[in-house]
Amino acid sequence: MRDTLTSLRYRYWPDHLLGEILSKRWTETAIPVILLLIVGFAFSRSIDNFLSPASLADTARQAGEIGFIALGLALVVIVGGIDLSVGSIFALTDFCALYLLDVLGWPVPAVVVATLLCGATLGAVNGILVGYLRLRAFITTLITLIIYRSAYDLLIQRYSNAIASAFPDIPSWDFIGAGSVFGIPTVALAYIVIAIFGHIFMTRLRPGWHITAIGGSRRSAYNSGIPVRRTIALCYVASGVLTSIGALFFASRLGTVGGDIGVGLEVIVLTATVLGGITLGGGKGSVAKSAVGVLIVLLITNGLTTMNARGGVNRMALAGILLVAAMVDIRWQKNRTRIISKVYVAPTYHELPPPPPTEIGQGGPFEQNDKLRDVEAIGLGRIEAPEDVILDRHDNLYAGSRHGDIMRFLAPDYQTMEVFAHIGGQPLGMAFDREDNLYVCIGGMGLYRIKPDGSVEKATDETNRSMRSVNDDSRLRLADDLDITDDGLIFFSEATVRYEMDEWPIDGLEARGNGRIISYDTKTGTTRTELRGLKFPNGICVASDGQSILFAETFGCSIKRYWFAGPKKGAVEMVMDNLPGYPDNINLASDGNYWLALVGMRSPSLDLAWKMPGFRRRMAKRVPVDEWLFPNINTGCVVKFNEQGKIVESFWDLHGENHPMITSMREHRGYLYLGGILNNRIGRYKLENADPNFVQYDKRWGKQS
Amino acid sequence: MKRFRVNQQEIVFAVFALLFLVFSIFLNGFLTADNMLTLLQNVAVLGILGLAMAIVVIGRGIDISLIAALAVPPGLVLQMVQNGHSLPTSLLTAVLLTIAFGLVNGWLIAYAEVPSLFATLATGLLLAGLGQAALFQLDVVQWSPGMNGFERLGQGTVLGIPTSIWMFAIACIVVAFLLRQTRWGAYIYAIGDNPYAARVTGIPSRPIIVLQYVITALIGCFAGLVLAASVNSMPTRIFNSTLIYDVILVVVLGGIGLSGGRGGVLNVIIGTLLIGTMLNGMTIMDISYAGQNLIKGVVLLLAVITDSFLNPRNEETAQQGDI
Repeated sequence: MRDTLTSLRYRYWPDHLLGEILSKRWTETAIPVILLLIVGFAFSRSIDNFLSPASLADTARQAGEIGFIALGLALVVIVGGIDLSVGSIFALTDFCALYLLDVLGWPVPAVVVATLLCGATLGAVNGILVGYLRLRAFITTLITLIIYRSAYDLLIQRYSNAIASAFPDIPSWDFIGAGSVFGIPTVALAYIVIAIFGHIFMTRLRPGWHITAIGGSRRSAYNSGIPVRRTIALCYVASGVLTSIGALFFASRLGTVGGDIGVGLEVIVLTATVLGGITLGGGKGSVAKSAVGVLIVLLITNGLTTMNARGGVNRMALAGILLVAAMVDIRWQKNRTRIISKVYVAPTYHELPPPPPTEIGQGGPFEQNDKLRDVEAIGLGRIEAPEDVILDRHDNLYAGSRHGDIMRFLAPDYQTMEVFAHIGGQPLGMAFDREDNLYVCIGGMGLYRIKPDGSVEKATDETNRSMRSVNDDSRLRLADDLDITDDGLIFFSEATVRYEMDEWPIDGLEARGNGRIISYDTKTGTTRTELRGLKFPNGICVASDGQSILFAETFGCSIKRYWFAGPKKGAVEMVMDNLPGYPDNINLASDGNYWLALVGMRSPSLDLAWKMPGFRRRMAKRVPVDEWLFPNINTGCVVKFNEQGKIVESFWDLHGENHPMITSMREHRGYLYLGGILNNRIGRYKLENADPNFVQYDKRWGKQS
Repeated sequence: MKRFRVNQQEIVFAVFALLFLVFSIFLNGFLTADNMLTLLQNVAVLGILGLAMAIVVIGRGIDISLIAALAVPPGLVLQMVQNGHSLPTSLLTAVLLTIAFGLVNGWLIAYAEVPSLFATLATGLLLAGLGQAALFQLDVVQWSPGMNGFERLGQGTVLGIPTSIWMFAIACIVVAFLLRQTRWGAYIYAIGDNPYAARVTGIPSRPIIVLQYVITALIGCFAGLVLAASVNSMPTRIFNSTLIYDVILVVVLGGIGLSGGRGGVLNVIIGTLLIGTMLNGMTIMDISYAGQNLIKGVVLLLAVITDSFLNPRNEETAQQGDI
């Protein structure tokens, strides 16, 4: 009863989604967006007309102006600095625009250009000081804040009357300040245009990447040849220009040069930036985050003002939000990977009946023996990690190695070893096609094709993205084994979509169906996911009928058959379940049966743990990785089974010296060649009563050498 | 370069002497006994604040919220006495508020690892906002009869020297003792010199950093009491002024590098004298408030640039995001 409940709970509750969602980069933008919705909702309930069109248009104008400044600050913060002088630059450029327009009577276009230039110059001062002279950004811009502010104070003492008495009546100027297009205020429209450009700039263009790189690590950026100082300086210039754009709209809207313009603006903008989730210290941030931050801060300050809060309350609210946001951000950035790694592992319920006996004297098809004790070792100590082995028509032996090479042992004595092809990722399953091309599944890379001359080509490394998956499952993470049908269709297994190759045992700990079987059509070059939700699919072998494949589910401890053609097309059927070990590769035997490697044997402790997902989750959270309970792969065997799923024979190495663990085996001319992913040798075992002329792919492709 | 670095305080002192000389010759009314007393009285508060700032700067931090600590707790004392509480109760409340404030600062910087400039910028606003919103009825908190006697902290003379200067002297001695004679002082220097080395050596970095900010806030509160006593009121809008830049000027010009681990009380005294002379001279020259700010800003900028050349940032221990 309890087991049923547990199994239902783990079957229908998607535990694995939390870790996947948290490891997505958009979660960091989603949190401020949720906050924005909450704040908007709360104020719209407590204040009348908070979301009325007039009020919204007003907010949009303010948001546009402050949004421009926030964009500039975002740029500076992403590059790893900070710009506190924005409030004073805002005031000075506001003055500049009004002075040129009202006192000197310049035409509007000239005023716009001159104001932008003024902003650029003021920003350039910061840029030179921080970028080229490498002063501390915070203290430097704090000083320029006060210098610019005093300059502004001195200027308005002289000119404020002249500006206040002028009433320019220029339609284009009024349009900038108060106009709207289709009901959207000019400033908001301009902001949207620039924000979209900014997004493209930051995510798609080279300078934007440079900025993020410098913020991420200034020294690495310098070492990789990015002009660090110039880029930093230009960011401050851009901040000045963007601030002056905001000031232009402000000037045309209000036309005043009051003493308190821009005072404390830097705190508002900084709060918006940090609240939006742009990390202080640089390297992380986006235009969307900046925009969301501005909206939240504006809603809060406007809401507080509408509710007649005292000036101090507004100040406290801003400072408080700023502190909390900065703290959360800093702690999150510091602990992000740790938190994700804690919640990412999401074990699920997996029940297996008691395994069939293997002990000597108990009988049964799996009864242990010592047949593999005296196998001959090929390449002893010279090859590492031959997960799969294969022989070509000329009896040469191929095996993958941990170093990312395909090694070839030359017939007849297999003493000469050479690098057949260098790939760079670990080769796993292998198969020959009709043209003697070698197809290899490379862990972490995908499916590759090696021509007989040793040249390497990528066959495929991506498949269709499934809509319901949070993790991007279009890339192949762990292509494992393959076989080729008579029509040139390649079926290969991907063991897991949740873990990288080096983390495969964790997938066993989860025991969820994270794997899938994918097909690649050599004629059209298309890749398609055939089956998903499999528990670590591994070995694949085209069955003798030519209409189905047999595949092993390692942690499902079962062999299944999948029809890809014929009357039962699309159906999946169990061939063998409840194996005593974890099945790996499947290959054809000379007598029409199939060879199957059991990479490791089941243990009662893991079988029990698989029924206790809560226990495994606690273990993953509280115990260091190397102490976790993992599937045993220290001892295994080779078995032969027939079309009906009956075990015919089994081969063991009881002493555990030669071949304690076996991941693959190939029959070739009366011998069985054995590979193991943790072995330093390839085994060669003389089969009795086997066809001495059996060559697997000759038999498949119908040619004889 | 190295020789130059050793002599920095002497250079600043020479600049001070030169400035003093120039002002004495060219400015009418500069070198009078009255003006000298005013000068010293004016700089006393600045000097005490400089000492407070020096402690955190030596520990490789900075405290922008110092002016809030100067304005709000002493303002609270005046306000509470005005409202009829006794002076000791009010003082105790103010001290507790200051300690709590210092703890918040220190916790944010040491444990939450928020950069000190950023954290104190925000906490300063928070405290000032709290004062404005909840504590004070008016921007200037007036002296009330219950405070009588307390004004001697900032007014009058002892042995012919104004009390506020005595207060500065006492603060100097206390801070010098703390920095040079106690283990905690040595720890502060070690943390400022190389925080990571200090930490692996076994120095309790985090508690010491918290301690720094608590002491700084307390000294700031003390400076505020002296200020309030000398002007018989607490103008809480002082938080909006540029006083904090004067304090940073004192520290940086005095030769306490912003990269931490260097300098001491003597640097603060020299810096205070220089800034005091400068401010006094500008006031006599009748330069407007904005003009004074402009000049101070430029001087501070030059000082920071010079500081960055004399005490370059240690790239090995500078943190990413150490803005």
